[in-house]
Formats: sequence, C-alpha cells, structure tokens
Amino acid sequence: MEYLALLADQELWVAVLRIATPLVFGTLGVLLCERAGVLNLGIEGIMVAGAFTGWLTVYAGGHLWLGVLIAAATGAALGALHALLVVRLPLSQHVAGLGITLFATSLSYFAYRVSFPKVDSPPKIDAFAPLTHLLIPILNEQTAMTVLAFACVPALWWLLYKTPLGLALRAAGESPQAVEAQGIDVVRLRIGAVIAGSALMGVAGAFLTLSAFNSFFFNMVNGRGWICIALIVFASWRPGKAMLGALLFAFFDAAQLRLQQTGGSALPYQIYLMLPYVLSIVALVLVARKATYPQELMQPYIKGQR
Amino acid sequence: MRLEARAHESFWANCAAALAAVVFTLAICAVLIVWAKANVWSAYQAIFDGAFGSRFAITETLTRATPLIFTGLAAAIAFRARLFNIGAEGQLYAGAIAAVAISMWLTNEAGELLVSKWLVFPAMLIASALAGALLLLVPAWLKLKYRVDEVVTTLLLNFIALLFVSLLLDGAMKDATAMGWPQSPALHADLEFSKLIARARLHSGLLLAIALAVALALVIQFTRFGLYVRAVGANARAARFAGIQSTRTLLLVAALSGACAGLAGVSEVAGRTGYVTLDMSPGYGYSGIVIAMLAGLHPIGVVVAAIFVGAAIVGADAMSRAVNVPTYIADVIVAVTLLSILVAAFFAKMRVVWR
Repeated sequence: MEYLALLADQELWVAVLRIATPLVFGTLGVLLCERAGVLNLGIEGIMVAGAFTGWLTVYAGGHLWLGVLIAAATGAALGALHALLVVRLPLSQHVAGLGITLFATSLSYFAYRVSFPKVDSPPKIDAFAPLTHLLIPILNEQTAMTVLAFACVPALWWLLYKTPLGLALRAAGESPQAVEAQGIDVVRLRIGAVIAGSALMGVAGAFLTLSAFNSFFFNMVNGRGWICIALIVFASWRPGKAMLGALLFAFFDAAQLRLQQTGGSALPYQIYLMLPYVLSIVALVLVARKATYPQELMQPYIKGQR
Repeated sequence: MRLEARAHESFWANCAAALAAVVFTLAICAVLIVWAKANVWSAYQAIFDGAFGSRFAITETLTRATPLIFTGLAAAIAFRARLFNIGAEGQLYAGAIAAVAISMWLTNEAGELLVSKWLVFPAMLIASALAGALLLLVPAWLKLKYRVDEVVTTLLLNFIALLFVSLLLDGAMKDATAMGWPQSPALHADLEFSKLIARARLHSGLLLAIALAVALALVIQFTRFGLYVRAVGANARAARFAGIQSTRTLLLVAALSGACAGLAGVSEVAGRTGYVTLDMSPGYGYSGIVIAMLAGLHPIGVVVAAIFVGAAIVGADAMSRAVNVPTYIADVIVAVTLLSILVAAFFAKMRVVWR
C-alpha cells in the first residue's frame, strides 16, 4: 500500500522529470557522437564546464538563455578538441575522452576559484522559474529547459531518420567507406556530430546550475555523465529509448529518495542510493547481448585505408 | 600534406615529442598562473620547491606517488590487454576495507592479534588483493559472458563500492570511538607498514609498489602469459586464431589488475591513514589511468609517471599556499600533459610528407 501511495504522489513525478532532464540532454549528446562512430568519455567534464560557464554568464548579468547558449558553445569547443584528437588524428578515444574530462573539470574548478577566491557559500543567481502558467499538473512545475530537453527527442529522431544528413551520420558509424563512396566527407561529418553532441552535453550541465539549482558547486555533476554513457547502451542508440531510459533511471532515483524518507530505518540509506546504479548494471546485462553497437564505434577512419 | 607511419621508431623523435609536450604544458599553465595574478616564475619555482625542495618535500611527493603507482599499474596491465578498467577507485576501497576487516576479525577483545603477525600480515595483503580482484572479475566476467561494456560497469561499480564502504562505516565497521565521524576502527598497530625514514610519512608501501612494477614488467616482457596479454591487446581475434585462450587471459589480467588496485588500498590504510574513511582517496583510481597512459602502459614508466603526478599535486599544494594560485592547477597540469603527450607520441611515430 505504501508503495502505491508513493506512485500516486505528484511530487514524485515532478522530481522524475527534473532528474531526467540533464540525462536526456546528455544521453542525446552521447547518441549523436556514438552514432557517428565516436565514443566521448569527455561528457562528465563537459557537463562540469557547461554548468560553470552557463552559470557564470548569468551571474555576470547575462540572460538565462544566453547562459544556455554559452554552455552549449563551451561544450562545442571541448567537443571540437575531442574531435581534433580522435577524428583528425586517430588517437585512443578512451584516453582522449578521459583526458578531456580531467581537463574540463579541473579548468572549471580552477576558474571558479580564481573568480571567487574567498566565498563561504556559493554565489546565487535567479534560476529558470517554473512554467506556472501552464495548466497541466506536474508539467507546470518544470522549467523551460525541461520542455526543451523533451522537445529535443523528436527533433533528433527526425534529424537522424528523416533527413539525408541523418542517414549519412548513421552510416558514418556503421560503414564510413560507403559514406565516402557517396562523396561525403566522413571526417567532417564525424567532427560535426561530436561538436553538436558535446554542445548538448554542455547544456545538460547548464541545467544543473540554471534550473535544478541556482549556484555552482564542486562535484555537482557527480557521475551523471557516466550514467548517460550507460543509458545509451540500454537505449540501443535510439532517441526514443534514450528518453525512456533517462526517465526510468530518474524514476528509480526519485523513488529511492522518497523511500529513504518514508521507508524509515528498515534499510540503511546507502542501499537506496545504490539502487539506481545496481539496476543500471542489471539493465545493461539484460540488453547487452542484443545490443547492436554502431559497427564502427571507436574505429578511426583514415581515408583510403580499410 | 599527409602523414605516413615511420618505418622505425626514432629515439630522438620520441625525446623531442616528450620535450615538446612538457613545454606546451608549461606554457598553457603559465597563462593560467598569470590569470590568477601570480608571477609565473615564482609560481613554478614554488611548485618545484614544494615537490623536491627539501627532504620533507621529497618524502611527501613519494608518499603521494605510492598509491598512484599501484593504481597506475592496475590500469597499465588491464589496458595492455584492452580491458578498460576504469574501476580502480572502487577496487582501492575494496582493498582498504578488506585489510581492516582482516585486522578486526583476527583481533580479540583485549586488542591482541589471535595469531602471529607473521601470518596475519600476509593474510591482510592477500585479502586486499583478492577484494580488488573480485571487484574487477565481476565486470570482466560480464564482458566475456554477456558482452557488457566494461567501461560502463567498472565506472558504475565505483559508486556502488563507495556506497558499500559508507554502509560498512555506518554499521558493521563503525568506529564507536570516532564520535559519529564515519571511519573504521584503526588497523592493528602490528599490521602497519614500517616507516622508511624518521619524521616522515614515507612508508614501505613504496618499496612494495616498486617491486610490483618490476615484477609486472618482467612478467609482461619475458613470460608466456605476458606474450598472451600483449597478443590479446594487439588483436584479440588474431590471438584466438593463434590458439591463445583469450578468455582465460582476460580473466587473469582482470584479477591481476584488480589486485594491484586493491593493494593501493591496503598500502594507504597500513602505510598512511591507519583506518578507512570515505575521503581517503582523492581519485587515485582515476589518476591511475592517466599515469598508465603517460607511461605508455609500461610498468617501469608507471613509477616515473606516478612520481611526476605526485610531485604536481604536492607542489601545487605548496604553491597555492605561497603565491595563492588555486590547487586545481595540479589537475590541469596533469590533464594537459596527458593530452599533449598523446598527440606528441603520435607525431613521433608519424612522418609528415609534404606533397
């Protein structure tokens, strides 16, 4: 009974959408990169950098949407660096990605400390307000960024499956030689996909500082980027399933928070916190055998070589 | 213009590449130091002095390098076989917890060891290595059996392992005397690693780490297993074709890699902290990957790279106190070095053909 009451709780579903938002942005970003054949482990750091620059823009007096734009540009710039390393030069995608994460994270923290040397509590901004004028319950407690995230899902689906560019992009991750044979530059296509995907990752980070919270603090991304890397396998690289996966993960995360409060002391709180991670692994085990990885994921493309 | 692979690896090209990477890193970080309104020369001087300037500084750098050698080896051996173990952080905590668990289990009410410390001490090391190994064998097995990507599972297991440690520190392994602070009971004093130098924190974990590095280097270079590891890493399908049991090799590599990371845990507990806390590792597991890459996945190189990263951390710490540049510059230095070495090493292998 207790559990049913939990499901009927409107606040739970409000929290689910809120928690899912950065995961939707992030997973779609991963999807764009990986569909074109590039693993981007830079996501964790790109989210930190996006969270920081987006927040800093608004703190310096910029409009909230300008903050989102700057976060996207930050992500794009880091994506360009990643693409330069692993698409232009065929360097290890694992290592370059982890390097980008370390670089972006440490540079953001460094910049934050240089800009705000002696602050006890993190400086605050006026974050995105909920869309209270919408008359749909649950949705009217979300911000415009959440709506944007969920609007990106059909948009990306349309791009990937209904446009020639999308076809070329998917093919770049499956059979780059075939794309090249059509007279399309695979290297450029992949670089473009990584830049666009990384921009989405930057926006995912900005959601944390501009909507979910109203300040920047250390460790705020806290593994969300890695979750997106897991979700994309679960989603078999499809936008709709990516959204579903993000919602599912967010549901377990929101539910464990509430169970912690209502479930009392029956179980230690760490068990609840572990739940989303354990379930992610279980989900991966269930789908992994059927998972159809993009054929050329992590394979550098060098023109004229097979 | 296009790039062509060099027929032979050129020693001088490699040296030039490493030098270029270092100069590039110093230049980038100089910009950051100027941004933080400090004098570049005195900042670099402070980093160097902080890391190597005195007897104390050197011991601190080596103390910091010790866990990094272990986690660096964990990454190096695994990456050699293309097993992407990103979970050394969790394996380190597993090793640390196992060490304290053995100590608690074999200590009586009066605080005496039940059996000779000459038995308990090796048992503690083995338990830590096993704990780390088990934590990596699970994702390795999932990879082989269900084709689950190990990058993702090892990453997620880090979070699970840390929460599990937190659970133990609140319950079964809570130190009742710590006034509610989440920490484990202290390791039995007889099990602690001996100090190497008086009035310094440097402990014999460093010797264990270096011995392990030498042993791994010999194993990889001169044994059949080492050949298998290199073959599986170079091309798993071709290795299978040549009759190498890649499954067995990968499981052994996983056990070895996890054990290295587990030993990082016991080395920290028995050598430095004396008990387990939730902040005993500031990301040593993740730094290990960077170190392994800087070292070109060579075990001896790992020792050098770990000392470099340890020096950057200890030096930046001292520098931030002296000239007020945030300590995060240490991570920036390491990250930029990693990326530029990666690029430089690539160009050392390639020749630019102007045509």
